[in-house]
Amino acid sequence: MKRLAINGDQAVALSWKQVNPDFCASYPITPQTIIVEAFSDYVADGEVDTEYVCSESEHSSMSMCIGAAAAGARSVTATASAGLAFMWETLYIASSMRMPIVMTVANRALSGPINIHCDHSDAMGARDSGWIQIFGENVQEAYDNSIMSFRIAEDLRVRLPVMNCLDGFIVTHAIESLQPIETEDVKKFVGEYKALLPLLDYKNPHTYGPFDMPEVYFEHKYDQAMAMLKAKEVIMEVAAEFEKLTGRKYGFIEEYKTEDADFVAIAMGSTAGTLKQVVDDLREEGLKVGCIKVRVFRPFPYEEISKAVKGKKCVAVMDRALSIGAAGPLFADVCSAEMCAADAKSPKIVNFIYGLGGRDVNVEDLKKVYRAMIDGSAHKVNYLGVKK
Amino acid sequence: MITLEELQEKPDKLTEGHRLCAGCGEPTIVRQVLMATDLPVVVSNATGCFEVSTSGFPYSAWNVPWIHSAFENAAATIAGVESAYRVLKRKGKIQDEMRFAAFAGDGGTYDIGFQALSGAIERGHQFLFVCMNNEAYMNTGIQRSGATGKGASTTTSPAGSVIPGKKEFPKDITKIIAAHELPYAAQASPHNWKDLHEKAKKGFEAGGPAFMNVISPCPRGWRHDSSQTIAIARLAVETCVWPLYEYDHGKWNLTGESKRIAEGKKDKLPIDDWIKSQGRFKHLQSAKWENVADEIQENVDKKWDELVRLSQL
Repeated sequence: MKRLAINGDQAVALSWKQVNPDFCASYPITPQTIIVEAFSDYVADGEVDTEYVCSESEHSSMSMCIGAAAAGARSVTATASAGLAFMWETLYIASSMRMPIVMTVANRALSGPINIHCDHSDAMGARDSGWIQIFGENVQEAYDNSIMSFRIAEDLRVRLPVMNCLDGFIVTHAIESLQPIETEDVKKFVGEYKALLPLLDYKNPHTYGPFDMPEVYFEHKYDQAMAMLKAKEVIMEVAAEFEKLTGRKYGFIEEYKTEDADFVAIAMGSTAGTLKQVVDDLREEGLKVGCIKVRVFRPFPYEEISKAVKGKKCVAVMDRALSIGAAGPLFADVCSAEMCAADAKSPKIVNFIYGLGGRDVNVEDLKKVYRAMIDGSAHKVNYLGVKK
Repeated sequence: MITLEELQEKPDKLTEGHRLCAGCGEPTIVRQVLMATDLPVVVSNATGCFEVSTSGFPYSAWNVPWIHSAFENAAATIAGVESAYRVLKRKGKIQDEMRFAAFAGDGGTYDIGFQALSGAIERGHQFLFVCMNNEAYMNTGIQRSGATGKGASTTTSPAGSVIPGKKEFPKDITKIIAAHELPYAAQASPHNWKDLHEKAKKGFEAGGPAFMNVISPCPRGWRHDSSQTIAIARLAVETCVWPLYEYDHGKWNLTGESKRIAEGKKDKLPIDDWIKSQGRFKHLQSAKWENVADEIQENVDKKWDELVRLSQL
């Protein structure tokens, strides 16, 4: 297929069109994602045969996806910010019922104050809900991750829902160059949906969502945790197959000039792209710096990160979310990756909270992160560019 | 009209072995509703007494496909199932005709479940939503809901020395649902199984969303002997606290005993009979709260007259 000049919303909608899921439910929470508008155009023009339902709330969107998935339909939805927060209860239900729902999240700040611009607070709120969380850096990755999400979610070793995260506005609304995959190849890659114990198989009735007493609840949660660990294997298998198809390589993390670096910044989403530019700029100044992008946040790549930061002098973890009263969520996970490493020879690890509510973070801002690491002025938790 | 002999031959979709209280109205209602379709049926259930008592893992009292998701989303969940059915049928992956039902208590209907229910009705999903109305949050310990009757003592609207139980009249959810102008809505009672069966049958065959509000006496919450459930359900109808009626494609019809009362063929019993039958209203029998009983009677009369007028249109 020819390259397209397309934004992140359109790219995700295009991936859905190529997959042609059975069911899609959506609600235009403030802020709305354009993904479902673009997708509803495909529905209106008969380019997909998806049952597309406009719900009366995000809570019902996820509830309908759960019902549809349990019935035996490949189900998708998209949301952002308050919409994801409103789904919170049902996110846990979707994952505990092992529903392979694929949801795109255009990452945006949570109220209050009401804001609608990019940060990762929404996805971080869903961090413990049992969903696989993948963060894309740009339009191409959002598209590629969307397609891979179906394979990962539906793999019988996993059967967990997948959240395909991309930065609100920065990736959703920016037009970039996309190399799409031929629709036939997408269909082949994703495969025909195989329903597992569907409700509509009335001759073999199944009970979904029963009550668990303390004797069994823990075991069901353990099963989910084990499936999430299994997902690590599957994510890499799917990535390897995807590389064969497209030549594009994906892993849990992406390291950029880290090998000989003393100072490394770690980020998720579009900031990882900006960091690469910063690393190049600072390398020209002779500074030994590098950066790491975390692509898969759940399951968390402990070993990969621990290995990547080994022997570094200082590591700055960039969090576009804040756990008020503690630090950033990515920081906490990177620290525990280091603390738990068998041969822990930990670098100093510092946390930078940045870009909340869509505050722009540019090359010059990010250079300050490296300079603070190098001159030792970085505190344990730093608030990048906040007006005091 | 179906006969008892014919009902006996119907397969049990909800089996014995569930853990609902003795005298609970709900299993009777659910059995009667599910007997009203011979087509395969998928059931969604809101969180509540019925969910917790019929599904304790690894056991299940359900012989039909059943899903429980959360408290407020029984309608959205069954809407998802029904949507999946429509698309898979369109794609040729399913051939058989099927039906869809959702069961919720009054909390999952009047209060927390109302938005999802209203949305699913507006969108026109084909499903029958049944409210098993025991007029409070019984599963969590008898807290007041939007369905609790005025004067009823609950754990969050207790009858005290200055407040005589719940202060407000219940929300008229059946009329609110009818205002969606859906194909079919009805009120029913488990004591009149023929009437309930006919209504459930119409609901399943309505060709769109259908709603039934069924009164479900609760011995624990209403404070009556567990042997009196069906008698009290009958009394609710005979006092016109719970009129039997339907909204059938825009037409309001009184049914069962309510129809006979409206036609003057049966007496309308006074509210005192209703109040005396249950411990939750015990305090209203004292001279101090006489006015509350009067207000309840006044409201019952007003709502009843309104309904009779609607049925004559």
